This record gives sequence, C-alpha cells and structure tokens, in this order.
Amino acid sequence: MSQSLRIENLHASVDGHEILKGLSLEVPKGEVHAIMGPNGSGKSTLSKVIAGHEDYVVTEGSIYLDDVNLLELEVDERSRAGFFLAFQYPHEIPGVTNANFLRAARQARLPKGEEVDAVAFYREMYAKMDQLGMDRKFTGRSVNEGFSGGEKKRNEILQMMMLEPKYAVLDETDSGLDIDALKIVAQGVNAMRSPERGFLIITHYQRLLDYIVPDVVHVLHDGRIIHTGGKELAYELEEKGYDWITKEPAAA
Amino acid sequence: MPDSATLEAVSIDQDEGNFSYPEDYAHDAGYGLTEKTIDYISEIKGEAEWIREFRKRALRVFNDKPMPTHWASEDLNNIVFDNIRYYLAKGQRPTRSWDEVPDDVKETFERLGIPEKERKYLAGVEAQFDSEAAYSNVKEELTKEGVIFVNSTEGLREHPEVFRPWFGKVIPTGDNKFSALNSAVFSGGSFIYVPPGVKVKHPLQAYFRINAENFGQFERTLIIVDEGAEVTYMEGCTAPKFETATLHSAVVELVAMKDAKIQYITVQNWSNNVFNLVTKRGLAHENAEIRWIDCNIGSRLTMKYPGVIMKGRKARGEVISIALANDGQHQDTGAKMIHAADETTSNIVAKSISVGRGRSTYRGQVHIPRHLKGCRNNTECDALLINANSRTDTYPAITVRGNQHATQHEASVSQVSEDQIFYMKQRGLSEGEAMSLSVNGFVNDLVREFPMEYSVELKRLIDMEMEGSVG
Repeated sequence: MSQSLRIENLHASVDGHEILKGLSLEVPKGEVHAIMGPNGSGKSTLSKVIAGHEDYVVTEGSIYLDDVNLLELEVDERSRAGFFLAFQYPHEIPGVTNANFLRAARQARLPKGEEVDAVAFYREMYAKMDQLGMDRKFTGRSVNEGFSGGEKKRNEILQMMMLEPKYAVLDETDSGLDIDALKIVAQGVNAMRSPERGFLIITHYQRLLDYIVPDVVHVLHDGRIIHTGGKELAYELEEKGYDWITKEPAAA
Repeated sequence: MPDSATLEAVSIDQDEGNFSYPEDYAHDAGYGLTEKTIDYISEIKGEAEWIREFRKRALRVFNDKPMPTHWASEDLNNIVFDNIRYYLAKGQRPTRSWDEVPDDVKETFERLGIPEKERKYLAGVEAQFDSEAAYSNVKEELTKEGVIFVNSTEGLREHPEVFRPWFGKVIPTGDNKFSALNSAVFSGGSFIYVPPGVKVKHPLQAYFRINAENFGQFERTLIIVDEGAEVTYMEGCTAPKFETATLHSAVVELVAMKDAKIQYITVQNWSNNVFNLVTKRGLAHENAEIRWIDCNIGSRLTMKYPGVIMKGRKARGEVISIALANDGQHQDTGAKMIHAADETTSNIVAKSISVGRGRSTYRGQVHIPRHLKGCRNNTECDALLINANSRTDTYPAITVRGNQHATQHEASVSQVSEDQIFYMKQRGLSEGEAMSLSVNGFVNDLVREFPMEYSVELKRLIDMEMEGSVG
C-alpha cells in the first residue's frame, strides 16, 4: 500500500486547450513539496484538476491518494477521502456563517445517524482560531464575505486544520499576504506537518518557503515538471529566474 | 390527465406528508357548485339564515367574476370547478381530547407530529381534516381570561356578537373571485378573540390537512385582538400527492384594535398539485401592529399577497415572506400595504428562490395617499436563481402621493454560482448539501423571524427540497 499523493503522466485540458501535458509527481506522507513555476505554467490548473473541477477534462494519466483512484470520485468524495485544497481565491458564501459551514463539512464526514458534538466542536474551533490569531467574531460572520485577503487565507488554513486532510494543496496561499499574516499562516501549516500528512505548496515566490521549509521543490513549466531538487532550488530560482531551467531540454 | 409539468413535479419527494387514508365520509356535498351545494353545507352546519344568504350572494359574485388571467397565470384556467367536491366531513365534532378523534384522522396528525408540538410549546391547537376541525383545544387559563379559539361554524353560532361585526368586513366577498368562492362555501378555519390587555404568551396553532382527492378546502379565519392585547397565530398546511389538482382557497381576516399586536405565521408545504389561492388581510387601528410571516414551499400555483390596512395613526404593517418554487411550481406572492392614516409604517421583505424550472413572482402594492403625512415604507425583494432556466419576476407598484413621506425600495437577483458550489463540495459537502446551505444562507436573516421550532422545520423542508432538486 503506497502512502502518497501520486500523479502520473497527467494530461488535462480546459476548453479544448491542453494545459497539463504529462505531469508526474509524488508527495509521500510526511513530506512537504513545493511547486514553483512561471505564470501560465499550469500551477493553478493542477490544483483544480486534483480537486475535480468539472471545467477541466483529464484526457490521460492518473491521480492516486494512497490507494484511492481520485479520478473516479466526485469533488466532495475526494474531499472526504482526505484531499484538501486551500484556494487562491476563496469564495464567499452569503448568509452561511463560518461556524455553520465548518460544522456542515464535519457533519458530512460522519456516518449516517451520527451528529457533530457541538460543545467539543466549538472548543476545538476556538482553540484553532486562537492559534491562527483569528478573532472569535469570525465564527458568526458569513464565510469569506467582506474578509480582507489575509483573513480569507487564514480562514482557509482554519478550515484545513478543522478537516485534518491526509494531503493538502495550498494554491498560492502567500499571494496578497503581508509578512505578519504570512508568518501566521506558515505557523498553522507547520503545526499540521506530521508523518501522517503530505503537503503540496504551489507558489510563485520563494518567500513563503522561508517559513514553510519544503523537503522537495519541483519546477513546473508548460504543463510538466521539468526539474526537481531540494529546498535550495527555491533560492536558486529566486536568484536566477526560470530561464536557465526552461531553456534546457526537459530534465530526464 | 395532469399535464407533464405536474407529473414531473409530483415525482419530487415532497415530504413525509405524502400519505392518505381511505375515504369514508358521512357528509359529501358531491361534485360541482350550485345553490344546492350551499343548502347542503348550511343544513349540516345548522347555520343561521343570514349566513346562508351571505353564501348564496357570494356564489353569484363568484359566478359573475371572470378569472383574473389578464394579470395572473393562465394556469388558473386549468381549475375545473365542476370536478371539485366542496364539502367533505366525517360528521365529527371537534373534540378536546386526542382519544376521541377518529383513528385515521388521529394517526394522520400524529404522523405529522401535531400533538407532540402542542405538548411542547403551543397554547392552543386546532386540527382541520378536509372541511371540518377534528380536534380543537386551548389551554384552560386562556379560556378563563376570555380568549375564544374555535372554528368558523362555532364562532358564528356561539359568539355572533363578537365575530359578526367584523366577518367579511376586512375582505369583502367581492374582493376577488376566490374570496367570493370562499365566502360561498367556507368551512373550518379559526375564529379567535383576545380580550383587551390579554397577552397570549405561547402561539395558537391551526393545522390544515387535505386528505381527499378532487377536493377543495375553504377555511375561513377571523382573528380579533382587542385593545392592547397580543397574539401569535401559526398555521401549517400539507396534503398528500394526488394525480389530480386540489384546490385550497382560504380567506383570513385580522383585526387589531388600538395598541394591539398580531403576528400571523404560515408555513405552507402543500403537495405539488394544489392550487393555493388565498386572500389575507389585516386591519390595524391606532398604534396597532400586524405582522405576516409567510413561507410558501409547496403547491402547484400559489397566489397570495398578505396585506395590512393601516387605518389608525401610527399603525404598523409588516410582511416577511419566503417563497421556494421548485420544478413545476409557481409561487406568485407578495404584499399589499395600504396607508390610511398619518405616521403609519410598513415594511416588506420578500425573498424567493427558484429551482430548476420553478418560477417565482413578486407582486407588491404600496399605497400612500396625498392627504397623509409622515408615512414610511420600506420594500426589499431579493430573488435567488438556482439554475439557468429558473425564472423570477418582480412587479412592485408603489404609489406615493404628497411629499411628506419616506419610501425606499431595493431589489436584487442573484444566482448560486458554480464556483461557490465547487468550493463547498471541495470541503466535503454533496451538491445537495451545498445547495441547501446556500439557500438557507440566503433566507437566514428571515428565518430568524420565525419561532425556533418553525425555523428548524423550515430548514428541514428547504433541505428536502434541495436534495430532491439535484442529481
């Protein structure tokens, strides 16, 4: 039994345009991998394809979460199987409070007939909000409605902490964050690092990786992973840009 | 044959209310509506002559009035008045004890949870099965305080001095074709009187149940709340699914004397073959307050525009309305606010949800004449569309004359976006759960206006509708 998030030879298109062109990647449990790449390389497409967004059509390849074939599952089934996506642009849900939303998401994971223990749920949520420096008033506010960019991202991390996924993809979580918010978000992620969990962090900048130190860094270009290295690769990319890799023939 | 829209609509799992018992009625007025039908009803009820005359005059008005299809849905033409039975009863008299209610009627209401609710939080309950009440009970301490809570037959027979002066005065027979129809064949409903200064703490509730096919239910409700008194009244409605259309046409009149308060709450969940054509209006005297809280989830076509005539200075009227139109349904709802005195205030908040090919229509009328001063109206109507082929229309008519008034009107139409649903599904909610949560979020601020027990029920009904609407 393989304990990893495995993507093999993934081809995916949107509106007939192929964006992912044979992407392969494996994030074993317990590791943090980063994906970096220039704009338009397919980073966000990858996160949406793993989550199962219906606008993206997988034409070839496979995605496995441990032994589960994710491509056979609906979006919500993938989530309940242990996959979490922290959105680059989290959506607003008018009229639905943060607390109710999280509770519904937790309820969806329970067997029929079982109810979320409300007292324990609130206690846990408050503790996790404290950890993220989130004011208690956020429990009663509509999900993401009127939140600043930083508040939205923090809210994504709160949801991740409450849902305790096996594998999480963070899609440009650092975009729009000031340095303080960035540190808090990173603390939240670091607190969740465990031998039982794998992370894939999609980012444009090396900055986030100062705070969430990855085990492995991949470079995505034109729909494929063209280079893989250790954490020092991020600094190299920051310093030298992408040209020195993208102009090479695809790494073997 | 029902049309295809009806067939499709009835395939949606409406509710646990979908069951019926075999018919064994002692009294059946038969099909169609003539003077003979009225004589039959009047004789069974042992009514005074003036009521029989009132009914017969109403029948003539009904026959003379055309269907209002010049503005309303053409679907009204599908009502075949000759195929409807206008009075069905088991010959029961309303009893104060559940044990004495006929077994199948008792089982019906027990399956719907009525006695349980009464034990928990109601001050009085009336349960109407087809044309007549089967059960009616009001807490003893209220009777001692002089509160009257009976059905229409008993109200007009036992307390004519209380009810006759206002009967048919807020909504005259000729108000519209369906108020005339109700006036001709009314049976059942609640007649309530609350004496001066009495504040009824817990709600009074009536439950209306249609059991028989090809039947029309025409309850008549009149609530009079005397000076400084207060009451909350709630009604719930269900019917089983039949393959032919059923008609429900009620008239509800409210009278709030000086400083009185009436709150009238409806949760309507008729099955998708019921034509629900109801006239509701309240008369608010000086400094009185009338609030209609109206929730329409079921039926094939609902036409209902609760109104308040603010007759006394500083009177207040409010309509809070939620309508959910699923496939094959048309919720044509709204409000009427007639300002007839200085410094009167009205507020309308209407939210509608259209699912699939469901259609919701808002019609509002606000009238403030020139000779008054200091009147205020606020109107908000928001529509939520779930699917691309859902439909909503808004017809607000706000007439304000003179320049000493304040009105504001806001309207919005929104759609649950694919991205919002994707986001929620990514957190593990099924499509149905995501839809329900979005819809509940949309009406959340209004649901808070309902008593707790009803808001829970409302959420459950919305969940069921949304579960049935996807996948």
